[in-house]
Amino acid sequence: MALIDSDNSDRRGKSLAQRLHLDLPLMAGLLVLIGFGLLILFSASGESQAQLNRQIVRLTIAFMAMIFLAWIPPRVYQKWTPFLFGLGILLLVAVIFVGEKGKGAQRWLDFGFFRFQPSEIMKLAVPMMLAWYFSERALPPKLRELFVAALLIAIPTLLIMIQPDLGTSILIASSGGFIIFLAGIQWRILLGFTLLSVVYAPIHWFFVMQGYQKQRVLTFLDPEKDPLGSGYHIIQSKIAIGSGGIKGKGWLEGTQSQLEFLPERNTDFIFAVLGEEFGFYGIVILLSIYLWIIGRGFYISVKAQDTYTRLLAGAITLTFFVYVFVNIGMVTGILPVVGLPLPLVSYGGTSMVTLMASFGILMGIQTHKKLLPG
Amino acid sequence: MLSANHRQQGSRSFKDHYLERKLLISRSIIAFAFVVIMIIGLIARSWYLQVIKFDDYQTRSNDNRISVQPIPPKRGLIYDRNGALLAENRSVYSLEIIPEQVSDINRTLTQLEKLGLIEEKHHRAFLSKLRGVRRFKSVVVKSRLDEHEVALFSVNRYKFPGVKIEARLVRHYPFAENLVHALGYVGRINDRELAQIDQANYKATRHIGKVGLEKFYEDILHGEIGFRRVETDVQGRVIGQPLFKKPPIPGKNIRLSLDVRLQLQANIAMQGQRGAIVAIDPRNGDVLALVSMPGYEPNDFVTGISVENYSNLVQSLDRPLFNRALRGLYSPGSTIKPHLGWIGLETGMITPKTQIDDPGYWVLPGEEKRVIRDWKKGGHGDKVDLSLAIAQSCDPYFYDLAYRMGIDTISENMRDFGFGQYTGIDMGEELPGIMPSRQWKRDERKMPWFPGDTVNIGIGQGFWVATPLQLANSIAQLGTGDRRYQLRLVTAIEDEQGWHETPRDTADNQADFSQQVNLKVVQEAMRKVNRYGGSAFTAFRNATYTSAGKTGTVQLTSQSEEYDAEKVARRFRDNAVYVGYAPFENPEIALAVVVENVKGGGSSEAAPIARKILDEYFRNRNAKTASLSDENNESSHGVN
Repeated sequence: MALIDSDNSDRRGKSLAQRLHLDLPLMAGLLVLIGFGLLILFSASGESQAQLNRQIVRLTIAFMAMIFLAWIPPRVYQKWTPFLFGLGILLLVAVIFVGEKGKGAQRWLDFGFFRFQPSEIMKLAVPMMLAWYFSERALPPKLRELFVAALLIAIPTLLIMIQPDLGTSILIASSGGFIIFLAGIQWRILLGFTLLSVVYAPIHWFFVMQGYQKQRVLTFLDPEKDPLGSGYHIIQSKIAIGSGGIKGKGWLEGTQSQLEFLPERNTDFIFAVLGEEFGFYGIVILLSIYLWIIGRGFYISVKAQDTYTRLLAGAITLTFFVYVFVNIGMVTGILPVVGLPLPLVSYGGTSMVTLMASFGILMGIQTHKKLLPG
Repeated sequence: MLSANHRQQGSRSFKDHYLERKLLISRSIIAFAFVVIMIIGLIARSWYLQVIKFDDYQTRSNDNRISVQPIPPKRGLIYDRNGALLAENRSVYSLEIIPEQVSDINRTLTQLEKLGLIEEKHHRAFLSKLRGVRRFKSVVVKSRLDEHEVALFSVNRYKFPGVKIEARLVRHYPFAENLVHALGYVGRINDRELAQIDQANYKATRHIGKVGLEKFYEDILHGEIGFRRVETDVQGRVIGQPLFKKPPIPGKNIRLSLDVRLQLQANIAMQGQRGAIVAIDPRNGDVLALVSMPGYEPNDFVTGISVENYSNLVQSLDRPLFNRALRGLYSPGSTIKPHLGWIGLETGMITPKTQIDDPGYWVLPGEEKRVIRDWKKGGHGDKVDLSLAIAQSCDPYFYDLAYRMGIDTISENMRDFGFGQYTGIDMGEELPGIMPSRQWKRDERKMPWFPGDTVNIGIGQGFWVATPLQLANSIAQLGTGDRRYQLRLVTAIEDEQGWHETPRDTADNQADFSQQVNLKVVQEAMRKVNRYGGSAFTAFRNATYTSAGKTGTVQLTSQSEEYDAEKVARRFRDNAVYVGYAPFENPEIALAVVVENVKGGGSSEAAPIARKILDEYFRNRNAKTASLSDENNESSHGVN
């Protein structure tokens, strides 16, 4: 197997980070984010040492996944991309027939010794597949290629949507969409597609969306209508953030969070705890950390050596941003409630491993470079 | 240059790497710019929430966590004149559930059932109560737990999160139905009352005075609400110490003129009958006993009476809810003959020596066919003077007197004894009765006054009706020969500084007793009523104290042919009345007894009841005097 980096002719004089293929600026950003995140989680969990420990264990596993993927040269998984995608589709179909049910949705596959969500594979497999597809073709893509690309996105997205898992399907569709954008889709086609979406939206509302999904959108449009029912989350979250003011109420001092007025404060709504206890300053600091990580991701994308890695790096970075934006947008009340965690801060979530694995890929893209002449 | 197919093939094979790289890098830069703009958008949103709308959200955050908990004031206690507790507050324990804190309400209730704490009916009732309950408010599963049940739950409490026992102070009347018509009762505040009260002050209060003293003195007994400001979590659990506390001001205690021993004796004496007893102190208008029979259990109303029990009370022919002492309108009958005689003497219509011939009937002058009979067959003889006419209750004497005085004189002068007017008792529900006059009959009956009407008035019947309160107060006035007082039950109110006597007032329209001679004649005649030869002699034989009084028997059927009590339906039998006072020389107690629908009359049915009450009064008084003189002796010994 050509897994070992054959370019490393000279092992001497290399730092540990270089030998592990870690990208230091990205690594620093992630560590600062995780440190800050654990601080918030400790407060949000009601000072639960047990939750903190479990989170640290999970983060450790996620870091190992990251290091593992960083160690693999991109051209290796580039080669295996179509197989990974095909396997992902097969598993998604398998979920429909033999999947485990949990919280009203059918997302899990049980292999006896461990359970996992095939949709997590697709978070990586879909952008990889599209990057693979475009890397073999001249860019900007032509209409026929765009159609194929759309199909490659639509199949896994629909399979996940019927589980139903709206949050993940949005993430997967947008990661695929980002590749198309980054691959240089012509602006007029993009515009045409946007217009088409506007026309399609009402059809989607009436024939595709589930009752609870519609409810979320309606609640988003007017949360005060049902202040004790489904609007409760958003109202309490806005109160928590707003009452934090500029400086915040202080760590462990947030009344909304500590007195449990804020629901799901250690998972999806953890950003509100930050806003309440650390105030506007805390929010700006957190967003700066995220911006640093995203900026580094784009830097890696720009510096990438070939189309496949460039597209993949850009898509991974943008998908990470979607996580951040959708979660914060939801918690601050500018987006409807979609079940997405705040990446690397919220408690738990199987997505953490996938997320760190994608950062591993980013690092691999940056560190496994062929020596180019000149 | 080439075919389209070939060109496409070619473009795939020969990518322009430089242009493609330029395109992709520009797209990445555009994407990053987009990300920066969106993140600035999120920061702007946070600025809006945390800086621009800060005050608004800070207020809402405080509203969330700080809750103001009202604390109910303790209701004032009610004592009798000797300090016996007549209305108290007892701790009542109820089993309550906060639905939001219980994961499976049905299972919890089933477990409580298995524990033997509640029954299936509580289970069902609770489920129906659940709808429309405010979030995090506890709902009562079962009220009035006994000590055993409280202990049983306390031991098993850990199994029932969200279930708790709540202790509340609830009014309790230890003397139950014996005092209900004197005290009234409290009950759950209803919507109508809610609209009238100061809702802020009653926020924590569940009960309000419904009738009687409890209602009349509601403002004094209730007190002022207190509150504490506490920090609570989302489930309403209080965190730490109150941030601020204003203790409630308890309601004021009140002391009544009532003597509970006399009251109980009156209840016993009246047992099984319908009617009313009012005993007062003629020297100041203090009410010593106030009984209306039958009574009812007031404690049922405090905790919520069942529909069945309530409709039984309402539909009962004996009308237990009706306060006869305050609102019972009875013909005074012969009990007003002393008053009438005194008016006759004062107006010069008669003298003590005026005599009439009583053949057992009386004929309305000018209308030979209108023969009105005396209650006694054969009459009271041919030499009936005022004294005899009162002592033996001779009807023709008063037919004649009333006829000659005319309704105007009677009506006007009887007002000076309080007839047709409120006694002013501090209960708020009394009726003024009717002292008829020409004007009254024209207004109310649209008819002129006939001489025959006046004749009926002469023996306290016809249109004349009075409450037992009025009867007692008017005989008190005649007994003392002094001013008549407004009746009252509350003599003192206790606040932080101690007991304060309430002021006493004399009534309006006082009779003029400056001619002591006339008064003495009437009083002596009333003494004879209770002595040998008088109508109440049997009842008052061997009394250890002096007394005076007057009996009365009021016919409810028209006065015709032979009257046979056995054959007349029970509810159309005569009412027996007795009024009196004692001691004769210096009256301390005056009373009125009305017994409805009896076989006999005032002498045999009402006077014996009065005797029992007066006996009780003097037994208590003498016991007190004796113990007082004992104390004096002991203290004088101590000095020696």
